[in-house]
Amino acid sequence: MSTRIKEILVVALVLVFCAIIYIGKVSGWMKGVTFSPAVSMIVIILLAASLAVILVLTIRGRLVGRRTVFVYVGIAVALPLFMSISQYIPISPEVRTLHDGLEDLQDGSKVLVSFDYDPPSAPELQPMAESFFRYCMDRDFKIVIMGLWPQGPLQANQAMEKVLEDPKYAAKNYQYGVDWVNLGFQTGNEFVIQRMGTDFRSMFATDYSGANYETLPIVKNVKNFSNVDYVFNLSAGYPGTVEWVQVAVDRYGVKLGAGNTAVQAPQCYPYLRSGQLIGILGGMNGAAEFEKLTGHEAKGTKFMLSQSFSHMIVIAFIIIGNVAFFMGGRKKNLSV
Amino acid sequence: MKRQVPLLITFFVGTLLIVSIFSPATENLGEEFSVFFDVIAVFAFFLGGGNLLRVHLTKISRKREDWVYSVVTLVGFIVMLWAGLFKIGNEGGIAASVTEESSLFGMVFYSVLIPLQSTMYSLLAFFIASASYRAFRAKNREATILLVAAFIILLGRTAFGTMLTSWMPPSLSLAEIPNLAIWIMNSPNLAGQRAIMIGIGLGVVSMSLRIILGVERTYLGDDGK
Repeated sequence: MSTRIKEILVVALVLVFCAIIYIGKVSGWMKGVTFSPAVSMIVIILLAASLAVILVLTIRGRLVGRRTVFVYVGIAVALPLFMSISQYIPISPEVRTLHDGLEDLQDGSKVLVSFDYDPPSAPELQPMAESFFRYCMDRDFKIVIMGLWPQGPLQANQAMEKVLEDPKYAAKNYQYGVDWVNLGFQTGNEFVIQRMGTDFRSMFATDYSGANYETLPIVKNVKNFSNVDYVFNLSAGYPGTVEWVQVAVDRYGVKLGAGNTAVQAPQCYPYLRSGQLIGILGGMNGAAEFEKLTGHEAKGTKFMLSQSFSHMIVIAFIIIGNVAFFMGGRKKNLSV
Repeated sequence: MKRQVPLLITFFVGTLLIVSIFSPATENLGEEFSVFFDVIAVFAFFLGGGNLLRVHLTKISRKREDWVYSVVTLVGFIVMLWAGLFKIGNEGGIAASVTEESSLFGMVFYSVLIPLQSTMYSLLAFFIASASYRAFRAKNREATILLVAAFIILLGRTAFGTMLTSWMPPSLSLAEIPNLAIWIMNSPNLAGQRAIMIGIGLGVVSMSLRIILGVERTYLGDDGK
């Protein structure tokens, strides 16, 4: 069988698998499909054993190709979604300080949430957005949403819809325009933040759906940052947390917390230590930690198992790759 | 004259904005000037759209390599522009929000753009794993340090990492893998990031001065000649 036919077969198999998952999700029968802890442990042992076999093969000089790595990553991401085992999630200081900062706010406070990301970053940032909204609703915070990225406000709407699907939060009867509002996207990057420091309305004359700023009760008395109790920024790059710190915090003294992708979070640590940022949620891990602190274990916690598995697979293959390197001699360029 | 007028404008505006930061009387000048940014951004949208059309139409007319992809790009661009401008399929008509889920624009956004962008990004997981396997080697001292740091960070984010060192007594808690991961992020990473930020800051100051004083002219096009 030629490589081309094999590739077509693999793609067809993946498509069939995805179709089954999609149909199962739509029809609802997938919800009941979970591996018991015993089956989950057997799966983990089988995975570990097969990796040990690959290690032995590598020591014997038989190297596996990148397609094998792809298969393992696929398994490591997909299977944990069906497992019923839980993972211990320790709380890091930066997440605790963010949570403590929010706890210090009075019930009913006004928070501004800036959605500065697009769909590719949603797997990491959407769980943070949802858990942040849940927390806000628990504390009856008024939520003002905006975005420096064009797709950000749409992500916000999706997160809000998801939270309001929960009967507990639907019963809160959060009214649009009164308890929450989406001001939409505004172009101009850090200049938008700068001008919001003087006048919100100059940047958002209407909300996302075209309603006049003055007609929205939630922002009736909001002129600038001094009328907002807390700002939470969900960011995947530029413009994002760095710009919010440099303009909103340094010039207008805003209390700022941030949720970042794991790639971006290390860039924000200097602002955390200097006190310019109250706290950071970094990547999926940060989302899971925040969920644990707020008592709503959801997407972040669920996806952490997948992330842990894929990390372990990456670690295993780095070890295998290095074994191949040392077995082949330091100077010999092994192609795997 | 063609070069001198933009150079004079740059010098005047740049100097004025620097002075405005230090003078309470002109404190808000920066905000007033930022309105110009919006105006220029609007022109940039038109220029960007026009440039996209020009580049891809040229590619299609000359049947250059992969010209079929240019057709896809143009069809996507025109359909989205048409759907957004005329709010095709919006329940509320032309007055409704452009991104309503029932609209064609909203449908394409939620059903095409989001899954496509997410798929592209998720492929990274596979390529990172494959690249780590093939290239992440302890070839020398620096690479070994990087490898060890990456190991600790990766392990520190997993339950296995926590489990591996959970037997340690409280007096040695700093040596536990999750705590080591936190230390790496809070100390060596912080120091590196600060060094980079200070370097970038100094670079921005020096480049800004070069532009304001007219030493750096490449932004005028044709290498400023």
